[in-house]
Amino acid sequence: MAAPSKPAESGADLELVGITKQFPGYRAIEELDLSIPAGSFFALLGPSGCGKTTTLRLIAGLEEPTSGRILIGGSDVTGQKPHERPVNTVFQSYALFPHMTILENVSFGLKRRGVSDYKVKAIEALKLVELDHLAGRKPSQLSGGQQQRVALARAVVNRPALLLLDEPLGALDLKLRRQMQLELKTIQTEVGLTFLHVTHDQEEAMTMADTVAVMNRGRIEQLGAPQELYELPRTAFVANFLGQSNLFTGEVLEATDALIALEVGGRRVVVPAARAARRSGQVTIGVRPEKLLLHLEEPSLDGVNTLGPGRVVDVSFSGVSTQYLVAVPGVGQIIVFSQNLVHGAVINRGATVWLTWSIEHGFGLEDIAETRPHFDDEASAPGLPGVVAEAV
Amino acid sequence: MAFTAFASDTALAPQQEPTKRGRVALLLLLPGLAYLAVFFLAPLISLILTSLQRPAEFGDFGQYEYAFNVDNYADVFGAYGGHIVRSIAYSSAATVAALLLGYPLAYFIAVTLRRWPVWQGLALTLVIAPFFISFLLRTLAWKQILSDEGPVLGFLQLVQVLPDGARLTGTDFSVIFGLTYNFLPFMVLPIYASLASLDLRLLEASRDLYANAWSSFWRVTVPLSLPGIISGSLLVLIPAAGDYVNASLDFLGGTGTAMVGNVIETLFIETGNYPEASALSVILMALILVPVAFYVLFTRTEDLI
Ligand SMILES: Nc1ncnc2c1ncn2[C@@H]1O[C@H](COP(=O)(O)OP(=O)(O)OP(=O)(O)O)[C@@H](O)[C@H]1O
Ligand SMILES: [Mg+2]
Repeated sequence: MAAPSKPAESGADLELVGITKQFPGYRAIEELDLSIPAGSFFALLGPSGCGKTTTLRLIAGLEEPTSGRILIGGSDVTGQKPHERPVNTVFQSYALFPHMTILENVSFGLKRRGVSDYKVKAIEALKLVELDHLAGRKPSQLSGGQQQRVALARAVVNRPALLLLDEPLGALDLKLRRQMQLELKTIQTEVGLTFLHVTHDQEEAMTMADTVAVMNRGRIEQLGAPQELYELPRTAFVANFLGQSNLFTGEVLEATDALIALEVGGRRVVVPAARAARRSGQVTIGVRPEKLLLHLEEPSLDGVNTLGPGRVVDVSFSGVSTQYLVAVPGVGQIIVFSQNLVHGAVINRGATVWLTWSIEHGFGLEDIAETRPHFDDEASAPGLPGVVAEAV
Repeated sequence: MAFTAFASDTALAPQQEPTKRGRVALLLLLPGLAYLAVFFLAPLISLILTSLQRPAEFGDFGQYEYAFNVDNYADVFGAYGGHIVRSIAYSSAATVAALLLGYPLAYFIAVTLRRWPVWQGLALTLVIAPFFISFLLRTLAWKQILSDEGPVLGFLQLVQVLPDGARLTGTDFSVIFGLTYNFLPFMVLPIYASLASLDLRLLEASRDLYANAWSSFWRVTVPLSLPGIISGSLLVLIPAAGDYVNASLDFLGGTGTAMVGNVIETLFIETGNYPEASALSVILMALILVPVAFYVLFTRTEDLI
């Protein structure tokens, strides 16, 4: 057997070069280039059906790319069989062997590689996911979350140079999920393995990963450190997939080396040139809801952008913060998250407000948000909290 | 499909409370139980009683009376031991051959053709197509094909695989061939049924866990289709062991290929030696019960899937 004969001493880097995957009648992956350094924790985020699982299957060798190459640890594995690749997968569907006990499931990979103390290692891995007491059971006798943890143990126990995790914690409750996240992170850093982690949970991606990639329609829209991705999204899709954003589209009025100014709702709004991707014509800029401040009187401040006056159409209190929905004529509905501090005005529904944000908090996008300015008047129905049609 | 019921294991049956539903089930079972009592249990008892008869002391030749004549068993063992061994050997060989031919066929239909349901249906129809023609006619047709003047023997002699004087009919080979051919669908259908529900993602998982195609097959595919393999093997083994058509002189057999079934037929119909015929039938039945008992034990202890 040509299987990698040993548990990895360290992670391997992964490189995808121009990968395309064409299914009959559907192109799932489009010219994907991706490079993941050895030992890093890489999170892949994206909406359902965007090609995350397909990407993992290509890397694991369960699917053949239509074109492009896959390199693991510098060597080309494109033509290699799945069992020859130093890769293990935690499957989205678990795929536990129903005719084997939990222990047999977990030791399967170790046995195939001829590891002699497979039983000890398997039990250890089961302890890690707190299931060693169920080692003798069959998968059908476990709950969904327990099965998921077995799937995790079955892959992790092999200490592969590259571990692919397809939503490995999706079925767990919050407490267990946080705990498993810690365990995973510990394993990853201790052995220095490379993790490619697919998740729907943004928070999970942000807290665990060194690098986050946002995928959409078979392409990677943006990739970077979690904070960078959050603070400086490059496309409207990323701006709204990762957290929420208020997006405004307007004509560029002026572009200098330092600033880009555009017209939004009859006001001049400025973004630092370094944080803007486009410099002319129609440009979409954005700002995160928590960066906005509400004022009951028209402010006259330097270094900030101001929009307004607008009307507060919805207020929803959520403990530490309050979410306001403000309808600004000519701009649309804007979400504002405001910390519930000791001081500060209580703003009620129907109040007339102005919005400001520091110039350096704005970002300019590469693409144009597909929205029309929304003209709200007082008669229109209040928007639902958290739903911002025109910001998408 | 009807044969799914045979292949799928007991574990899948829903757990029922033995209350009202149990009574309804019992009621529904009654006609079947009555049928079994009249047409299986009664003849069986009659058969066993007959097998213990002895020749009537003052009667004519061929008249028997009820007794406890266990010697019948010893006699038939002595006289027909060779036939018993041959029956076991032929039916086992046919079962193995049917498994070797049937498994790949079932796999092809259940797994390879899975994405093309129309072809799958067509292939399944072809598997059972021989049943549209009488069992006897088909076996006779094979007798023609394999006969001394037939095309198969002629060709094999032409390419020097067989020497000039060789025959095909009347040999061990042709009888085993006939048994295999006639009972092959009983092997294919149960295996098909268990492979049709095989989750291919499990094979992906096994390949991901360093198992090559060969070891994935043995460690995942085969264990998961074991219920079908066992059902199919029993469905071939049991009728093959008692078969008296293929091995008979009128069909594919020769003078040296008679099986227990042929002996029983002769004893019952030609010789009229009912006690010996019955004793042999009882022995054959007991022999067949051995693998069935194994099957029952296996499905009991091994909670499959
Ligand atoms: N074998 C296939 N044949 C045709 N289309 C396929 C096949 N496998 C996947 N697809 C399509 O490719 C796209 C990407 O699928 P994929 O499973 O990678 O999505 P995903 O990002 O993992 O989604 P989710 O978050 O829901 O798991 C989907 O639109 C899917 O319908
Ligand atoms: Mg998926």
